[in-house]
Amino acid sequence: MSGIEPLFREEHDAYREAARRFVSEVIAPHAEDWEKARDYPRDLFSKVGTAGFFGAKFSDEWGGTGPDFAAEAVWIEELSRGLTYGTAADLGAHSQLASLYVDRFGDDDLKNRYLRPSIEGSKLGALAITEPGTGSDVNAIVTRARHDGDEWVITGSKVFITNGSWSDYVVLAARTGDDPGHENITLFVVEADSPGFDRARMDLIAWHTSHTGELFLDDVRVPDENRLGDVGSGFRHIMSNFQWERLMMALSAVTLAQLSLETGLAYARERKAFGRPIIGFQVWQHRFADLATRIRTGRALTYRALRLHIAAETGTSVPRAELVRLTSMAKLHTQRLAWQAADECVQVHGGAGALMEYPAQRLWRDTRVGPIGGGTDDIMRNIIAATMGLGAA
Amino acid sequence: MNLSPFTQEHDLLRKVVREWVDTEIAPHLGKWEGAGDFPDEIFHRAGELGFLGLAFPESAGGQGGDYWTQVVFLEEVGRVSQAIAMVLSVQTDMATPPILEFGTRDQIDRWLRPALRGVSIGAIGITEPDTGSDVASIRTRAVRDGDEWVLNGSKMYITNGARADFITMVVRTGDHDADNPWSGISMFIVDTSLPGFDVSKKLEKSGMKLSDTALLYMDDMRLPADALLGVEGEGFKQIMWELQGERLGVSVFGVAGARALLDEAVRYAREREAFGRPIGDFQAVSHRLADMATEVEAVEALVYECCDLWNHRTYATEEVAMAKLAVGQLSSRVADVAVQTLGGAGLVEGSFVSREWLGMRIGRIGGGSDEVQRQILARIMGIG
Repeated sequence: MSGIEPLFREEHDAYREAARRFVSEVIAPHAEDWEKARDYPRDLFSKVGTAGFFGAKFSDEWGGTGPDFAAEAVWIEELSRGLTYGTAADLGAHSQLASLYVDRFGDDDLKNRYLRPSIEGSKLGALAITEPGTGSDVNAIVTRARHDGDEWVITGSKVFITNGSWSDYVVLAARTGDDPGHENITLFVVEADSPGFDRARMDLIAWHTSHTGELFLDDVRVPDENRLGDVGSGFRHIMSNFQWERLMMALSAVTLAQLSLETGLAYARERKAFGRPIIGFQVWQHRFADLATRIRTGRALTYRALRLHIAAETGTSVPRAELVRLTSMAKLHTQRLAWQAADECVQVHGGAGALMEYPAQRLWRDTRVGPIGGGTDDIMRNIIAATMGLGAA
Repeated sequence: MNLSPFTQEHDLLRKVVREWVDTEIAPHLGKWEGAGDFPDEIFHRAGELGFLGLAFPESAGGQGGDYWTQVVFLEEVGRVSQAIAMVLSVQTDMATPPILEFGTRDQIDRWLRPALRGVSIGAIGITEPDTGSDVASIRTRAVRDGDEWVLNGSKMYITNGARADFITMVVRTGDHDADNPWSGISMFIVDTSLPGFDVSKKLEKSGMKLSDTALLYMDDMRLPADALLGVEGEGFKQIMWELQGERLGVSVFGVAGARALLDEAVRYAREREAFGRPIGDFQAVSHRLADMATEVEAVEALVYECCDLWNHRTYATEEVAMAKLAVGQLSSRVADVAVQTLGGAGLVEGSFVSREWLGMRIGRIGGGSDEVQRQILARIMGIG
């Protein structure tokens, strides 16, 4: 059959309907209060879990309803509409990162202890890779895990750990050998109440509700059964899961860009200047038309990458290089787009664009994280250039 | 889940088109562009090979393929030359589809079949010396006289206009009505061999030089009754329908051209050395090309979504306007990055990159300017 196979089926429409209702009832009405308080109730996780929205991409063996990554994409899009992106980021770090790592690389024991309660929303996870001295360059981490009997003793620190200041466990990357090569990086599931584990919440200009933390590990003892995957397999696992993380960011960014467009349009219709609504001016009409075009383009690219992911997840042979190339492109294209869309939204608001009581400034602040987190724009360009045989030195 | 919209049959077709393009078109482009002309033979050969009616039904003399066969054709031609893609697309996506859509059996037999065979060349006549984007303001007029129509006026920037055997033309048949500016317009198939038709001038352009773009005069030209295409007074609606296929066609070959320019820039950046290494090893160069590759991929994804809608006979005005706007912007930007990457070599007259840089600029003006697309979108969004 020629043509483009639809990405979403009928059951996904129903799932979207349910997700939209959940977000509009359980999250959106509280967004303003939570943003003002820079916090939200921790039991949101169990609400999401009970409603089943942590389960789409996991097998029913562990309490999920999938794996169905198209449904997961629907949830990500709908969650982004809740207008409290720090909250969405926490939920994402828990589900798209920590839970997914345990699902992909953990044995049955780890899945029972961590994945199952994560899908229920009764145990909160985070992923800890970045360190004070290293972000994009994963191989430069220095947190060290030393083997001692059937335990590992971990010392080091981590920063920018989304959901990390209050999670129950972190999936943490540490060096398990002295050589600097990436074959010496290993993943561990570390309980946050372990002796020697300390943490603090970080203050960011964006994601005000997010529990982004810095972690300090001082001789934290972790049993060997909490090692996630083989010794030395950490770097490979991190790289492989980056693709889903980046695609998830692209899906969110397109939705946030669309929200900025809608928010800006609504204001431009209401607000009058020089005797007519701002939208009566052709420059604004055309600016919004451009924006709508770029958002639609970003969505087409993101869906192209998503199609590849779903094919790979459902048994179609997909060249890894092609998956990486398209995902990197989707991430690069959409993160800057979301911020630029939010910037136009602020611009059309004029002075109100700087007022905390309007969501414009929040969209603008929150989307600024995109071109930095999950691999910066320049890292994406390096990857894409390499797929074309261009040096990135 | 299928990852490509194309089947093996499409791939086979692509091979055949590519071979034709590489042997019968590409080697001559420099010469044709320099001469500001190309042989009619191109139409004859394309017709012979079945390329001019790929997505037309067999009952009308076409190949009966889906829209993706036309996509293959436009991509393969667009890859080497926007100018040749344009003249062929005028034939396949502009002059002829309205005849299939609105024509009578006789009109299809008389005008469409020979056009699909490549023995008759068509053009589309909308723009006039004083009106381009604003179609409702056309002044060329046909007045009924007994069984005939008498046509007076002029058309401007008509691609294939100097060589066309027929022109699918939009003209005024009733007075301009300020309250209903879209009324009083009709479409005709104008036989250029009839007395009163005059190619006043072949225009010299900055790009797509090989194609003939003409200023045409119609002076008391008498057209038979059956020259009227579709319904009298419905011409505006009919030409708006035509513009959708036209804009999608130029989007398809435009993004294919952008991809070809990108490939050429990447190839050059890998080979050309400066300061002791390939220029593609400089991050400033490689990142710029990575950005362009990303944009090409994104816009192509959008264009393909439109093609899919079109293939399902969905009349996607919004998506098509977006595609046309996005491709126009993208292709002239990619062309400029290609010139910058090639440096001096990008400025040499007659080179692929310099020729396409000149041609690409037309994409943001022809077929409805960027501004017209934005206005269409604004209207659809309920703000324009």
